[in-house]
Amino acid sequence: MRIRTQFLYLAFATFLAAIMLGRPSAVLAEPLIQQWRTTSGAKVLLVEDHAIPMLDIQVNFDAGSRYDPPSRSGLAAMTARILRTGTRATQGCLGLTEAQIENHFADLGGVVSDTVDEDSAALRLRTLSIAPKRDAALATFAALLQCPSFPEKKLAREKQRIITVLKERSSRPQVQAEKTFSAAVFGAHPYGASPDPKGISTLTPAALSAFYRTHYDAQHAVLSIVGDCDRLQAERIAEQLMRALPPGAPRAVLPPVVPLASPREIKVPNSALQAHILLGAPAIARGDPDYFALLVANQVLGGGTLISRLGHEVREQRGLSYGVYSTFVPAAQPGRFQISLQTQKDQVPEALAVVRATLAKFIAQGPTQAELEAAKNYLVNSFPLQLDSNGKRLGIVATIGFYGLPLDYLNTWTARVNAVTREEAQAVFAKHVNLDKMVTVLVGAPE
Amino acid sequence: MRAYGLPSGIGIATLVCVASVSAADLKAEAAAEVRYTLPTTEFALANGLRVIVREDHRAPTVMQMLFYKAGSLDELSGTTGVAHVLEHMMFRGTQQVGPGEFSRRVAALGGSENAFTMQDCTAYFTRIEKSHLPDIMELEADRMHNLALTRETFDREIRVVMEERRLSVEDKPEALLAEALRATAYSASPARWPVIGWQDDLHHMTWLDARAWYERWYAPNNALLVVAGDVDPASVRAQAERWFGAIPARPLPLRKPQNEPPQHGLKRIVLKASVSVPRVTLAFKTVPLEENPTAKHDAYALSVLAAVLDGYPNARLEKHLVREQRLADGVDASYSMVARGPQLFTLSALPAQGKSVKELEAALRSELKKIAQNGVGAEELQRVKTQLYAARVYERDSVFSQVMEMGLTEMAGHSWRTIEHMDEALNAVTAQEVQAVAARYFTDDQLTVATLVPQPVRSVTHLKNLTQKN
Repeated sequence: MRIRTQFLYLAFATFLAAIMLGRPSAVLAEPLIQQWRTTSGAKVLLVEDHAIPMLDIQVNFDAGSRYDPPSRSGLAAMTARILRTGTRATQGCLGLTEAQIENHFADLGGVVSDTVDEDSAALRLRTLSIAPKRDAALATFAALLQCPSFPEKKLAREKQRIITVLKERSSRPQVQAEKTFSAAVFGAHPYGASPDPKGISTLTPAALSAFYRTHYDAQHAVLSIVGDCDRLQAERIAEQLMRALPPGAPRAVLPPVVPLASPREIKVPNSALQAHILLGAPAIARGDPDYFALLVANQVLGGGTLISRLGHEVREQRGLSYGVYSTFVPAAQPGRFQISLQTQKDQVPEALAVVRATLAKFIAQGPTQAELEAAKNYLVNSFPLQLDSNGKRLGIVATIGFYGLPLDYLNTWTARVNAVTREEAQAVFAKHVNLDKMVTVLVGAPE
Repeated sequence: MRAYGLPSGIGIATLVCVASVSAADLKAEAAAEVRYTLPTTEFALANGLRVIVREDHRAPTVMQMLFYKAGSLDELSGTTGVAHVLEHMMFRGTQQVGPGEFSRRVAALGGSENAFTMQDCTAYFTRIEKSHLPDIMELEADRMHNLALTRETFDREIRVVMEERRLSVEDKPEALLAEALRATAYSASPARWPVIGWQDDLHHMTWLDARAWYERWYAPNNALLVVAGDVDPASVRAQAERWFGAIPARPLPLRKPQNEPPQHGLKRIVLKASVSVPRVTLAFKTVPLEENPTAKHDAYALSVLAAVLDGYPNARLEKHLVREQRLADGVDASYSMVARGPQLFTLSALPAQGKSVKELEAALRSELKKIAQNGVGAEELQRVKTQLYAARVYERDSVFSQVMEMGLTEMAGHSWRTIEHMDEALNAVTAQEVQAVAARYFTDDQLTVATLVPQPVRSVTHLKNLTQKN
């Protein structure tokens, strides 16, 4: 079942949620995050909230797609996915089939999901907090983490499914644009890779198991717990989930992200009516001292279609695109700065010229004082909205834990935004964004 | 950064379906675990504007959502999409507030805002720190009666909407398929056209069409204001009186039913598109929950049936078609009982490699037939009800979901107060009732089958053939 998306049209694309990650709220500005380590060495972060009888638990393993070997893109994602398809009866775990695992969670009202990005693999459990259901759900969740059996038949099926989905998506202009863009921005660095059917087809249970043994260790794991659960219960849960994990092994040494040397424009043909345009380059890593100045500057440039310079020039003044955004995506290593828009094919030259001129002017002059104040107002005033549900809190807490951001990150957040000056915003933006070292990807533009 | 999400089926349970369907476990257990209905107050102003206030004091924030009972179901042929176009125009300025100024003011206060259009209604929402509620109420009230619609702003905005249509429909084969399917399944009902409208209608739309729509439907007596969050009902009432109270009520046009004539025999369409994987969708005409939602009703059994088919990861469609028979690489069942217009019960699937859409269609129909003949198991039924109950608890985490549920329930013609009855009714659905609706609704005379047929795709080879300019 799903929302009736085909019947629902928004005034503008909602992109904010993605941009806002790492921008948490005053609600948590109080000393609400408790942190400790399990006896096995895993970092634990807890935010108690007893308003709703539910509990959210997320484990982030240092097992993201940056560790995929070049010929095996998709290994990290598939490993996380396959954890749910069977467990072995060992180490105190229950031996369960996929159907048993899923029916078990369904009977308890528990929901398990996984998200794998470049840096980490996150396994998540949402459960009712009433003790019998919670404990039963946790026992099964622990088994997935500690005793996966990597069943060959399930892997074969999932490989076929992923390949079908990749094929189904492969002709979409948006997918082509992202794939081309990542490869161009990050070159040979693993951040530039995208899963492809060929890499997927080479995956074996042995490869998954080896990846699991290397990367799913407690020492590098971060467990985030948000919801109806007190410290004592949380400590017990953390010990239970973080025991009997693999020993882990030294990670592959990753190359540095290399800045681009020159501008580059790449055209990919596509018969779609609209061209998809992406511009950008590698920018900053998590924890970069320039982060707050860039956050404010970017808010002015392209933080929201209806209130940004890019939105004003591209959509409001010229009606060229439904949405236009710019964003910084900091990661463990420098992540991307990116501007994205779509426009009817024959409008590409005009739209691109407008975007480039707007960006060039912004790099040269930075925000006006009024724009700077408006952006800071927005960021500071919207702070409480960033963490007003357990789901949002879980995401932010996990980010703080995984990237080792200071525990007072939330407490100091508004002060750091408020401290950004116009000169700083301009200087820092110009330092990290250079039109002469930027990739432009045009999918479906006229030949 | 781009997360590589592995699919676990085509669709997952969310908002409207589960939210409005949602609910209820064993009653005793529900009572023991959670009282999920938060304090809620309802009142009406003299001009007919109805207001619902829900208190949720977890965070110092508030959400305001203003619903107008005017959606694509109220449009006429030739100006399809006008409800959504007007939604865009509502951000383009009033007599007092310049174009784009609404968004800039909301942003300065730290609010986030948006709007959406559906078949049933159009709604505008703002999320903000609670002390700013009066400011956003003033802005929302202003554009209810002072919109400055001009030819210039319209001519620019209609281009944005046409870009939106290209982005969300024209370049998305699965969206084109869904659109074509609806246009085939219905021949008289306005449910046959897309909410975003036909591109040609958008192309020929003028600012006068938008203005006429605004004048026809944007009145306090055709609106519902829902305010939820860390608020007190008495002060919300005072603010609502202050900002909306003076806007005069207006006579509303008669809504003609435009009922769909009976279908006689199966309808079938084929859509060719630049995709590499085919897809098949079966859509059966069914009914939404009608007046008196407390009565026994087929809609409840149909909702439970949808969950039996696709309500949890190992539900029937996934288990049988994807896992055991390896016919499909993705499956989905969808039905929304809370709606104003006629409703389709749809089943959609992507064939696994080497399998045909024909085999898949047969398999989907056989799943329905099995239920019509053999019913559903007690364990299965209980599992589905647990899912509905858990979804209800989890929904409390999102103020947005709560507001949507109350608002959409009202727009469909039911009181938000009946939501609890709906939960109980869903929980009371029996295996026999599920079996009975499966037998009654899934016949060829209610069915439309739409198939997406791949055409040669250029992209794979062309991706290697990049033009580069350094």
